[in-house]
Parts: sequence; C-alpha cells; structure tokens
Amino acid sequence: MRAWLTDRAIDVAELLAAVAADGNGGTVVFLGTVRRSAEDGDIEAIEYSAYREMAEPELERIVAEALAQWPGARIVLQHRLGVVPTGEASLVIAASAPHRADAYAASRFLIEETKRRAPIWKKDRFASGGTRWVEGRPAGGER
Amino acid sequence: MPEIRVRLFASYAEAAGTDELRVTLPAGATAADCLAAVRAAPWAARVPPGPALAVNRRYARGDVVLQDGDEVAVIPPVAGG
Repeated sequence: MRAWLTDRAIDVAELLAAVAADGNGGTVVFLGTVRRSAEDGDIEAIEYSAYREMAEPELERIVAEALAQWPGARIVLQHRLGVVPTGEASLVIAASAPHRADAYAASRFLIEETKRRAPIWKKDRFASGGTRWVEGRPAGGER
Repeated sequence: MPEIRVRLFASYAEAAGTDELRVTLPAGATAADCLAAVRAAPWAARVPPGPALAVNRRYARGDVVLQDGDEVAVIPPVAGG
C-alpha cells in the first residue's frame, strides 16, 4: 500500500525512507500544514473526517495514476484524520524519481488530485470554542 | 425493490442527524433516483441538486442503475489536503 489514512502525527522520516532508491536522484516532500490566517480567524486546529472506506482506495488510485505517468517514481502519501493542531501536517506526500523534474511533477499532480478527489472534509476549530465546516469544492470538479 | 444503504458525511450528516439511511427504490432505479429520495427529506435543504455521488465506494454518474444492497454516498464539496 502506498497511500494511507492515519489518526496520528505523520512521521516524515518514515515516508522519506519508503521512497529512497539508489536510482532516484531527486526526492520532493510536500507537507500540507494547518495554518492560522487573518481571514479565517483564530483557528487552533482543523478536524478532518473522511469516507474512510473510499478515501484510502481513491488515494491509492491517484498514486497508481502518478506511477503510470512517471515510471521509475516511488511515491507514498499519508493523510491525517481527526483533530490536527495549527502547525502540524495534515498531509505528507513523498515522491522520488530518477530526475528532479519528474519528482516535482508527480508531487504536484498528487496534491492537486488529492484535493480534487479525496472524500475528506474539514471543520475549523476556533480558540473561542466555535467550529465551522470549511466549504470545499465539488468532488471531481475542474482541475 | 432494491434496498440501498445511503452514506452521509460532514455537514450533510450533521444536518440529517445521522450518517446512514436506508432507502427502498423501485426496480431499475438509478443513483439519481436515490439522490432525489434523499433530497425529499426536510433536512436536505442544504444538499444541492447535483452533488457528487459514489456507488459502492467509487465516484459514479447519476444514471448508474442500482442493485439491491448497493451503497450510495452523497459527497459534499471536498476539502482534503
């Protein structure tokens, strides 16, 4: 399996090790991190939920598509669920390839397709105690 | 008469007060028919006319004909990453 959901903090070193290969000279690691911003207010965490039985196979399909497009790449992707505090990663993608251009391209494809297709939702949790569903985008919509 | 397991998520589940419904439809009914049955409930005002649907855990078009025991998910706008 190359794509997982997890309820715990993501171990980046473990993912890097999983894509290491003697023939792969470029490795790109992408972290999606919970952030605070003026427009969103005083967010202290985001609560992620998913259609678990579908999300993992869908993420796995996205990885398979990337591997078909960039032969020689090695890829792992982990998405965290549950309450993720500000500053911690909700998503980590590690992609290695023989050359950097392919590693960058695969990484970009993976994050964009994940955001477009993974049946995952989030709810902002504010320091004040309030919560708010984040209005996402229609699943499978335009790239 | 296929009986369908309907899965709801996020704000839709919250509005419905449940994350799962059972819907019985006439033979030959499609995923769109199932959606129409779900949208007929009072809580479903917030479900748009054309949300993404999944049948048996894969995205599917509304014209897919359902079989007894199928699982239909009404997928709210996604926000992963």
